[in-house]
Amino acid sequence: MTSIPVPVEAPPAPPAPARRVRRRRPERKGWLFVAPFLVVFALVFLAPIAYAVWLSLFREQVFFGGTEFVGLDNYAAVLGDAKFWESFLRVLVFLVVQVPVMLLLALVAALAIDSARLHASGFFRVVIFLPYAVPGVVAALMWGFIYGDNFGLAADLNDLLGRQAVAPLSADWILPSIGNVVTWEFVGYNMLIFYSALKVVPGDLYEAAAIDGAGTMRTILSVKLPAIRGAVVIATIFSIIGSFQLFNEPNILRTLAPNVISTFYTPNMYAYNLSFAGQQYDYSATVAIVMGVITAIIAYVVQLRGSRKGV
Amino acid sequence: MSPTKHRARAAVTVAGLLVAALAACSPGSDNATPGGATGTPDAVDAALKAGGELTYWSWTPSAKAQVEAFQREFPNVKVNYVNAGTNNDHYTKLQNAVKAGSGAPDVAQVEYQALPQFALTGALVDLGQYGFNDFEKDYTKSTWGSVKVAGGLYGLPQDSGPMALFYNKQVFDQHGIAVPKTWDEYVAAAEKLHAADPTKYITSDTGDAGFTTSMIWQAGGKPFTTDGKSVRIDLQDAGTRKFTAMWSPLVEKKLLSSIKGWSDEWYKALGDGTISTLLAGAWMPGVLESSVPGGAGKWAVAPLPTYDGKPVTAENGGGGQSVLKQSANPALAAGFVRWLNHDNGVKPFLESGGFPATTADLDSAAFKDKASAYFGGQQVNQVLTASAGQVAAGWSYLPYQLYANSIFGDTVGKSYLNSSHLDPGLTDWQKSLADYGSQQGFTVTTS
Amino acid sequence: MSTVRTPPSPFLRPRKSVVLTILMSLFLVYTLVPLAWLLISATKTQPALFGTPGLAFGDSFALFDNIAETFTHDGGIFLRWLGNTLLYVVVGAGGATVLATAAGYGLAKYRFPGRRAVFAVLLGAIAIPGTALAVPTFLMFSELGLTNTPWAIIIPSLISPFGLYLVWVYAVEAVPDEVIEAARIDGAGEVRIFLTVTLRLLLPGVVTVALFAVVSTWNNYFLPLIMLSEPDWYPLTVGLNQWSAQASGVGAQPIYHLVITGSVLTIIPLVAAFLLLQRFWQSGLSAGSVKQ
Repeated sequence: MTSIPVPVEAPPAPPAPARRVRRRRPERKGWLFVAPFLVVFALVFLAPIAYAVWLSLFREQVFFGGTEFVGLDNYAAVLGDAKFWESFLRVLVFLVVQVPVMLLLALVAALAIDSARLHASGFFRVVIFLPYAVPGVVAALMWGFIYGDNFGLAADLNDLLGRQAVAPLSADWILPSIGNVVTWEFVGYNMLIFYSALKVVPGDLYEAAAIDGAGTMRTILSVKLPAIRGAVVIATIFSIIGSFQLFNEPNILRTLAPNVISTFYTPNMYAYNLSFAGQQYDYSATVAIVMGVITAIIAYVVQLRGSRKGV
Repeated sequence: MSPTKHRARAAVTVAGLLVAALAACSPGSDNATPGGATGTPDAVDAALKAGGELTYWSWTPSAKAQVEAFQREFPNVKVNYVNAGTNNDHYTKLQNAVKAGSGAPDVAQVEYQALPQFALTGALVDLGQYGFNDFEKDYTKSTWGSVKVAGGLYGLPQDSGPMALFYNKQVFDQHGIAVPKTWDEYVAAAEKLHAADPTKYITSDTGDAGFTTSMIWQAGGKPFTTDGKSVRIDLQDAGTRKFTAMWSPLVEKKLLSSIKGWSDEWYKALGDGTISTLLAGAWMPGVLESSVPGGAGKWAVAPLPTYDGKPVTAENGGGGQSVLKQSANPALAAGFVRWLNHDNGVKPFLESGGFPATTADLDSAAFKDKASAYFGGQQVNQVLTASAGQVAAGWSYLPYQLYANSIFGDTVGKSYLNSSHLDPGLTDWQKSLADYGSQQGFTVTTS
Repeated sequence: MSTVRTPPSPFLRPRKSVVLTILMSLFLVYTLVPLAWLLISATKTQPALFGTPGLAFGDSFALFDNIAETFTHDGGIFLRWLGNTLLYVVVGAGGATVLATAAGYGLAKYRFPGRRAVFAVLLGAIAIPGTALAVPTFLMFSELGLTNTPWAIIIPSLISPFGLYLVWVYAVEAVPDEVIEAARIDGAGEVRIFLTVTLRLLLPGVVTVALFAVVSTWNNYFLPLIMLSEPDWYPLTVGLNQWSAQASGVGAQPIYHLVITGSVLTIIPLVAAFLLLQRFWQSGLSAGSVKQ
């Protein structure tokens, strides 16, 4: 951080050049606002990442205490690792299907709540957000009940229909089941992002639209959506990152269906299990970095295409 | 994954940037603290007399009462009892602390299946130096064998889990099923029961590494043998195949309930007769009594079925306490372990309903003849202590059994998922275990 | 809530739509079924939990017994966990909101050199899965002597990259450059402009960021699980998980009824925080429309 240019206090200057100085000086003061964040960020994000990169160049054998420098061998191994690619393809499929569904639902909910045409909109707002507040420990119990095909809700439904209509924890159903959990949890979360973005839209934009005689749909399409474009892009980027890092939900459902959800079901689960069950810290770090690079590239492309304005 | 040393240049550039910040945490900074390299039997007594402070990690139900009793007896020793997590959470924290080189407790609970892993990675103190090898005669053969790893003594056994057949007498009587003595009879009972009442199952099994390895153990299999750096894995040896030949048909014909063990559904099913037997360790009565109130008066205990009628059993679960090398006062820590599992600590353990590993307690009439109200007045310990003496000899776990268990679902689990023979799943498991072992520097041979 | 302040234009207050309300109610049912199970389960005793259908009440209504037992079980440790969680949330999420707001605003409104690089570095860093960084982070914190202390939880909680981005995009829309420029001409310093002018305009965004930070710190599970071994420092999530883990293995004693009741009790403060904070969205709207 020491390389940050310290803004020089300009002495009082004659009016004419003052405008230039003023323009330059405040821009650099931006660092003042960003620096505290970056310092902590460097400690809790960058340092562990740097350490992980360092680890990824070695191979350690925990049993015999041997550590060997292997250069990029771990990277070559990850790129040729069938388990890694299987898990990668799985989250890719998940991403392509689940993210659009979830974001669309969230957008519709946010517009509905913001439209002032909804009865008891405050109630909707808090209830739709609630699932995000359910702690993971109890989520396992909860979905165990809902998806359980012995005693659970799924079993009741099958009884009702008199046949095995749903089997949420079976191999064929499990990915949609996970998608359902994620959607349930995060619709409210994304709804709030969109909703609060709508709230910061300056009111005079609406007035202008209203004066122009725009109807509800016109207002949504030509005023609201463009105004929250930045929020939509950010929500999309974070949903992409979230999908690539899919971990909690399959890990919770794994306690219910350990034979269906493998230890390498998603790239993040793979990295986790390599590290915590296998003590293969080096290889685990490599998986994480490779996954991180792929994710960052895709997120960056979305960001570039999504906002011509540039945030 | 062969080591290549000539890609160093790019790597060194990156590394150089990081060294300053990270020098302290280089990946080689491991376990090799020589804590307790020298010790004598007298040192333990001296340490207990001198007193001091210890940290003890455990999740056993008796731990709290034991620590309190210990401190009453040794007021100058302060024991900080910490429940750092259950099972895998506990081991993860222990592993991390060992790797970090600090933060580990002085004494930790370590189950038999996990012990070789921590012993061989150099995390534990060899208690032989304190003369604890003399205690061999005081423990059952199987538990003593579990704490001896590569000639070292890495803990003292606390509990044991000789297996038995727990069955729902009410369900058996209702359907006219006799208590099976052999596995053939057991399989026949499974078919009869499910045919008579399709909602009832002989037992539940969705693939559990602990159960499967115990069953292989009972069948005389010895799939894992370790000698120094050499590991032999044979999950198709005669014993293993004896077990899979018996058990696979139950899987294939869907005669086993798919309710997952330890889930709330499972507890429910144990109470209402959906699951009518359990093949489990001697600690199971405690679980039934405290958590399946609906089963009171219905359950009974019988010896574990065998293949040929000759009594033989296996251990399922159980563990002991070990001293960590990071301990600043290993002699005192050893003194605590000795008290816990050899001296006065056994009493509070028994009072909490534990099933001991010490032969004197197993043989005592008071323990054996205790009638259990839950089991309709049956003297269950008669059956269980008999089982303790019939455990098949010569079993050992893998030096990386925790990892092995973690990938059981990926491999053998597929057999359960497809209701198919267990052999292909076990062969898969063997392959993954062999790969992992080689990566960790073992010389692995397989069948 | 929405009647606190009348918006400036009659066009903003269209008639309520019954159809829309019904459609959204379907959505609500989807959201509520799992939560209903949670609430109903909290009224059951441990045996009734296993013995009765999930969405039906048990024979007895044990909610208050369960609550009492949750607070007294194991020497009242639940209260201790609640206190820890509050500490982590107030310091961690509070700090995260402050840092993210300042940084997001700085990035949105100052065109200083290196701004693009900050964006790229942030994006790259958060793209790397955090769970895989747990061990490196643990080893570093262990080296710094921070493991098993509240700092191991609080310091990482101070960073909310997502919060930073949100403030960034909100600030672009909500804080017109002219407002800042006008304040500068009045002779206000940069920090004063931020505190007295822009913060008010950003309020709805900041409240949202605060809400997310509060919930994610409240539900933080993985990090404390790794960093803490002493149950006295556990937050609620890790503590409840420990209770839940009691259900398996040797000496198992399931106390699912306490886990479930504890979870309900864990959610309640979050709902309260939500209701408390949401009034700022309303005032934020008016703040936005006040300008000129």
